[in-house]
Amino acid sequence: MSNVTLNEPEITPELAREHGLTDEEYGWVLEKLGRVPTYVELGIYSVMWSEHCSYKNSIAELKKLPRDGEALLVGAGEENAGLVDIGDGMAVAFKIESHNHPSAVEPYQGAATGVGGIQRDIFTMGARPIASLNSLRFGSLDNPRVRYLFDGVVRGIGDYGNSFGVPTVGGEVYFDPSYEGNPLVNAMSVGIVEVGKTASAIAIGVGNPVYIVGSATGRDGIHGATFASEEISEASEAKRPSVQVGDPFTEKLLLEASLEVINSGAVVGIQDMGAAGLTCSSCEMSEKGESGMIIHVDRVPIREEGMTPYEIMLSESQERMLIVCEKGKEDILEAIFEKWDLHAVEIGEVTDDGRVKVLWHGDLVADVPAEHLALGGGAPVYIRETKRPTYLDQTGAFDESLVPDLAVTDVRSVFETLLASPNIASKRWVFEQYDTMVRTNTVVGPGPSDAAVIRLKDSNKGLAVKTDCNGRYVYLNPRKGGQIAVSEAARNVVCAGGKPVAITNCLNFGNPYKPEVYWVFKEAVGGMGDACRSLNTPVTGGNVSFYNENPESAVFPTPTIGMLGVVDDVENHTTTFPFKNSGDIIVELRPAGFPGGGIEASEYLSTVLGRTEGDAPRFDMSEELAVQEACLRLITNGVVQSAHDVSDGGLLIALAEMSLASDNLGAQIDLAPVASGRMDGLLFSEAQSRIVLSISPERLSRAQELVASMPVEMVRIGVVADGQFTVKVAGTTVLDIAPEAMNDIYENALPNRMSNKLK
Amino acid sequence: MSVRFGVIVFPGSNCDHDAYHVAKHVFGQEARFIWHKEAELGDVDFVIVPGGFSYGDYLRSGAIARFSPIMKDVVRFANSGGLVMGICNGFQILCESGLLPGALMRNESLRFVCKNVHLKTESLDSPFTQGLTSGEVLRVPVAHGEGNYFASDDILDQLEDQGRVAFRYCNENGQVTKESNPNGASRNIAGILNEGRNVLGMMPHPERCAEAILGRPDGARIFTSIVDALSVGA
Repeated sequence: MSNVTLNEPEITPELAREHGLTDEEYGWVLEKLGRVPTYVELGIYSVMWSEHCSYKNSIAELKKLPRDGEALLVGAGEENAGLVDIGDGMAVAFKIESHNHPSAVEPYQGAATGVGGIQRDIFTMGARPIASLNSLRFGSLDNPRVRYLFDGVVRGIGDYGNSFGVPTVGGEVYFDPSYEGNPLVNAMSVGIVEVGKTASAIAIGVGNPVYIVGSATGRDGIHGATFASEEISEASEAKRPSVQVGDPFTEKLLLEASLEVINSGAVVGIQDMGAAGLTCSSCEMSEKGESGMIIHVDRVPIREEGMTPYEIMLSESQERMLIVCEKGKEDILEAIFEKWDLHAVEIGEVTDDGRVKVLWHGDLVADVPAEHLALGGGAPVYIRETKRPTYLDQTGAFDESLVPDLAVTDVRSVFETLLASPNIASKRWVFEQYDTMVRTNTVVGPGPSDAAVIRLKDSNKGLAVKTDCNGRYVYLNPRKGGQIAVSEAARNVVCAGGKPVAITNCLNFGNPYKPEVYWVFKEAVGGMGDACRSLNTPVTGGNVSFYNENPESAVFPTPTIGMLGVVDDVENHTTTFPFKNSGDIIVELRPAGFPGGGIEASEYLSTVLGRTEGDAPRFDMSEELAVQEACLRLITNGVVQSAHDVSDGGLLIALAEMSLASDNLGAQIDLAPVASGRMDGLLFSEAQSRIVLSISPERLSRAQELVASMPVEMVRIGVVADGQFTVKVAGTTVLDIAPEAMNDIYENALPNRMSNKLK
Repeated sequence: MSVRFGVIVFPGSNCDHDAYHVAKHVFGQEARFIWHKEAELGDVDFVIVPGGFSYGDYLRSGAIARFSPIMKDVVRFANSGGLVMGICNGFQILCESGLLPGALMRNESLRFVCKNVHLKTESLDSPFTQGLTSGEVLRVPVAHGEGNYFASDDILDQLEDQGRVAFRYCNENGQVTKESNPNGASRNIAGILNEGRNVLGMMPHPERCAEAILGRPDGARIFTSIVDALSVGA
């Protein structure tokens, strides 16, 4: 190794520790290299072996998830995103990823670059992004800091996606004090590509030139991956420079240029530069190709004077790609990037010695074995210690019979409290800041449906997509909560008229070195696996985000599910939840013999009674499958006017939302046929596997026939009506409210909470 | 004979495909993309300057786009009577390039807004609107951060006196109200015509609602009007 005068620090075990490597890990580096690493090499190991890049504490558990399916064109983790064959020669590339830590200290840029990063994962595969979704978690809006974070994140997502030109078609936002100080920002992208026209993140062909394309490299985001791999603390504010800065216009150029160059046949392999930038892309492409690479790091276009090889290798500047070009086709590649006014600079070549060699003005500054660095290769894999958390004893001791039932006279005020709860209230304030329609494929956007529906031009098919996770359920029963997260996302897709086909996931948990956190993680992943196997929706990939901790404890364990469904006949099967016509019959579709549900883990118990307790709600996998199958059968046979799953806030809120989203239609609800004893459970239980449908009267008997042989029941609970929204229980009217009055509460809740900060 | 649509493509255009799709596939006309670095439009009957973020619009929407090579020819085409429609960012670019008066400022809310709005048809005296009915209410989406139309009172008076306000924001019953104005635009103006009535700029996106599968296809009314006007002329 040459002596380059770069004024670099002396490499010591302390410095390795400061880089986030454990003593044991540093020992493995010494052993493998047979010498003390250079400063650049230490930086490379530090980011590649960070939790964020290596998945060292999660990969063993992730491998237990079902990751095969005949429709999967690439396996989980093999490429930058999952790829699913949806027929008609088309494939969908999709993935969800977190940007939690950056968003906690710099919400606008953190969220914006989260959106940008996930788009690159899609178009680096040759797929054109056609829809974005997100999943957000914040603390209480009573806290001005939380309002600042929420506002910044929404603006960041909006400004990036709106300019980039991909519609943000769906998402979810939850608020709970557990996310105080550590918000979750998960971004998902969905792209479409012709089967056989995808690109791969691989470096092969000795002598093929390696290009860096897109933006110039700056000092932003250095050690971003390492930052993401530790807990947020008081000191985190100092990590603001670790947050990258996004430029959606350049991303748009990079998208068009990348798709054009992939289509030109000049590309052997291509990978975006996200976490750990040039380091990660060069190592992973080399590892995948079982090749190697020489990088002349001094040739990288930089945007700041005096950058060192260490900084350039570790920069997480956005909107960049690494491309292996087929030798002889350099002119084609360079012309395309010239057209789009982007850099395309040859910085190295593919070799076959399995090593990534970094040169600085001809001097070797790093020489590392690619395989040793990469996930799936020599990167560390840990099985962490687990311990069942003791809080589960307390929360599990919840006894519903000790909670006084809801009095008839209190129904109205409780209903209004829930409607105004930020978790239930209209999210219009959020989604109207996103361009939800650009590219004119959005058949159903945010608001009136359990899942978004995107048409595919030149096809009868559409996609139904949804992000979902109730972290409170996972907190109270990690395994069941994991099962529910997947099942509810699937149910949402079914309610929109789609057949669930595969998932991507973003696993947001606390510090994996805490045995309690790891036990919850393992259980939740196990639960997800159970549900994915039952629903036949394999896991195509995703991302793990550990170290999500507020000052007191871990955030609610939140394995966000991104569900992909296919709508076979988008024109006729697409279903939304607003009531359609006065006189339509309202039914509850549910498991046969459903005994009624309790209030454990419910929004009611949490928001109204201030208790996060009990088991996760009632759930049975086989019941869930039956209900989903029945619902899809009803929809595809054309007998359903509207469908909405019973989730947060229970049956009463589901019914109210169907009225609220309609053209000012009310309903006359009579819950006598489904009454089960307690009023609170009847109205607000979040027992799973239930869907409210509205069906026109002349199709009701046909609907009953269609599900007669299935282990489900369809119970009539009311009729859509002009005028008031009324609910009767046991002959007594417990609620009688004008749709306009509901609307005022529902629509104004979030804007009112947010305008606090402006006063 | 079909109408030949030309859709200008700036590097940051993102509604170019949508305009192209409506012209070509929904209305079955001829359509082609015209790259911003080109110097001439070539043979076209109708130019669409589409929505998007032409050059990133970090400076001011449309401020850089007006200097791109193709805009010279768009101005020439418009000044010789050619039909030009600027949608959203396209409207901003037409204002910046002097084909239309006034400017589009940041929305009054200082937030991006994307939603369906209602438009009252104010002028039928143009190829873009001749097929509509007076006062016809269209439901069309907006999606912009800078759609707050501004001009001096003199210019606003002149636009009104000459019947050059094409569309105003209104409620679903056609009443022009403050609540129905999504961005604070002066006098609820959503779209205006030039003096020759051959250039239209509008913030709402008719190309986003020209097919039944995407909701009420009111935007198709404007495209029908355009195609009919040009077909009769030919």
